[in-house]
Amino acid sequence: MGTAVVSMQIKDPRYASLFNMGGAAVASRVSILERPPWPIEPTGANQMKVLVPVKRVVDYNVKIRVKADGAGVETANVKMSMNPFDEIAVEEAVRLKEGGKATEVIAVSVGPAQAQETLRTALAMGADRAILVQTDAETQPLAVAKLLKALVEKEGAQLVILGKQAIDDDCNQTGQMLAALLGWGQGTFASKVAPADGSVTVTREIDGGLETVSLTLPAVVTADLRLNEPRYASLPNIMKAKKKPLDIVAPDSLGIDMTPRLKTLKVAEPDKRKAGVRVSDVAALVEKLKIEAKVI
Amino acid sequence: MSILVIAEHDDASLKPATLNAVAAAAKVGGDIHVLVAGLDAQPAAQAAAKVAGVSKVLLAADAAYAHQLPEDVAPLVVSLVKAVGYGHVLAPATSAGKNVAPRVAALLDVQAVSDITGVVSADTFERPIYAGSAIATVHSADAVKVVTVRATAFEAAAGEGGSATVESVAGVDASGLSSFVSAELAKSERPELTSARIVISGGRGMQSGDNFHLLEAVADKLGAAVGASRAAVDAGFVPNDYQVGQTGKIVAPDLYIAVGISGAIQHLAGMKDSKVIVAINKDEEAPIFQVADYGLVTDLFEAVPALASAL
Ligand SMILES: Cc1cc2nc3c(=O)[nH]c(=O)nc-3n(C[C@H](O)[C@H](O)[C@H](O)COP(=O)(O)OP(=O)(O)OC[C@H]3O[C@@H](n4cnc5c(N)ncnc54)[C@H](O)[C@@H]3O)c2cc1C
Ligand SMILES: Cc1cc2nc3c(=O)[nH]c(=O)nc-3n(C[C@H](O)[C@H](O)[C@H](O)COP(=O)(O)OP(=O)(O)OC[C@H]3O[C@@H](n4cnc5c(N)ncnc54)[C@H](O)[C@@H]3O)c2cc1C
Repeated sequence: MGTAVVSMQIKDPRYASLFNMGGAAVASRVSILERPPWPIEPTGANQMKVLVPVKRVVDYNVKIRVKADGAGVETANVKMSMNPFDEIAVEEAVRLKEGGKATEVIAVSVGPAQAQETLRTALAMGADRAILVQTDAETQPLAVAKLLKALVEKEGAQLVILGKQAIDDDCNQTGQMLAALLGWGQGTFASKVAPADGSVTVTREIDGGLETVSLTLPAVVTADLRLNEPRYASLPNIMKAKKKPLDIVAPDSLGIDMTPRLKTLKVAEPDKRKAGVRVSDVAALVEKLKIEAKVI
Repeated sequence: MSILVIAEHDDASLKPATLNAVAAAAKVGGDIHVLVAGLDAQPAAQAAAKVAGVSKVLLAADAAYAHQLPEDVAPLVVSLVKAVGYGHVLAPATSAGKNVAPRVAALLDVQAVSDITGVVSADTFERPIYAGSAIATVHSADAVKVVTVRATAFEAAAGEGGSATVESVAGVDASGLSSFVSAELAKSERPELTSARIVISGGRGMQSGDNFHLLEAVADKLGAAVGASRAAVDAGFVPNDYQVGQTGKIVAPDLYIAVGISGAIQHLAGMKDSKVIVAINKDEEAPIFQVADYGLVTDLFEAVPALASAL
């Protein structure tokens, strides 16, 4: 079912923006006024709002090309998608809501107007509403963390689930920085998240295996690959997502200075490996390794 | 100005990645101090004192650091930076270093520099972006440079020959934000993946966890570590700590043998700096052959047992 729905979707240009189809990005129309009175379910024990930051990045299948002038990598006319770890973060937040452990899921992105597409994807997956902090400036983790802190405080979020790393810059910093700025605990590289009253137990993927920590809520969690398998949005949910509220704010309005602290001097291609040879069989391989490469 | 290196250790011993971080510190230039925060970390501190190039070891032995939780270690590092005036804080880019360094940076209001592979000067570093598809040279104007170091990019400092002093430092009150519950650590007789001289990794082509015994037979003969692709880990063939790649471990052994691995960019990001790469794959079009020094196009279920008996 799901696959058929998606392919139908892709053929319809009106919804292409929801799928980050690549090519010239078209900003989807968003009305800040078009905000339905979304029901915020009254619950007893758990009144937890979850904030999920999602980043728009070059799709992981795109072959990256370094610009000839060394100013960066080619991002014009390449397919953009939600950072894969952030899909996992959205999925986790939506599951917490479905499981009655969270009341509202708010997706947030910091980036250009086109990041609305990324937010619509999060809404189609089940987030309740979205906020775009719109900026064309280069975003670095410290500034993003400061913006997120301001939003967490404004929204009264109790849990923030981020991706463990963005696959463009591979920084692996934002969640840890946000936790530090908020003075909250951090459960990074999570493969399991279990909130209970007043705390959340997080199993973390670490170099030696797995570690489980308990964090006092509110807290920050960053998602690793095996936390869950994100769902595909169904067509009805994609349609519904178009009507969900998406607010756009400026970094200034949150009082945050976005000036980058790191200056990229140049971006270069990594050293290429020399083409190797084919060997005919195992015996030939062993001989090469012993006599030519001298590694065994 | 002096440099503070956050040691990776398990109280009893220093983890090898610490030596690579010390080597990066030496390239930055300056007095090198090593922080060992733990509970009974005296042995690790003694080991750190012997590392070539280290002038002082700071030992913070306190129950608060028993599990080196970042909520408690980060404020300690910040207090040392403020007290001593360190210009750089370096940590290995391991799961522990990546967990704590950004927290330290945010508390100091500086932008951290992740996973450096080169030191151009004291304030300019090289780091891979986009799964290693590009190398960025970045300049930091921040007062304190907080940096994580990719171990495979720096030749380890000698573990012997140094004679640093060991100084005890007082801990900072426990934050109460987090507590350790449990750990499931892999125990293996084999060398550790990131420091092994030879690594043999299996991918989805292995078909099952049981079939990893075929790789282990080769590993036993070569004294190799065993790794895996994400697909093999996701399929449950092997635990997460086997994963090599952009979001797993970065390895650069003398010999890397990729078996039943297609060679996705995210996997290559973790192993393409290996000295010699061997690929065994039945699909001659597999991208892994583009980085392999020696490619063997054949069925792994024949080739791997044959390899084990040929060694
Ligand atoms: C060479 C170079 C060129 C660059 N050029 C540009 C450019 O042209 N334009 C530009 O905008 N930036 C540019 N940047 C900045 C870059 O794209 C990153 O936004 C920034 O460095 C943050 O690092 P990260 O995303 O890897 O953070 P990580 O710490 O790896 O991200 C972890 C998590 O934090 C959250 N997160 C991070 N960023 C955001 C965000 N913006 N919104 C919502 N959630 C977020 C996500 O949940 C993500 O999974 C450039 C950087 C470099 C090195
Ligand atoms: C955000 C993100 C992060 C990622 N991080 C990582 C990472 O850190 N590490 C990682 O590895 N991947 C990572 N990936 C996944 C990566 O994109 C690939 O999906 C993965 O590496 C594929 O694993 P594989 O090569 O084992 O499987 P496949 O691509 O399915 O390849 C299996 C190979 O086995 C061969 N084969 C099958 N049977 C036999 C046989 N009998 N004999 C010989 N050969 C055979 C096939 O020809 C094929 O080439 C990441 C992906 C994303 C999106």
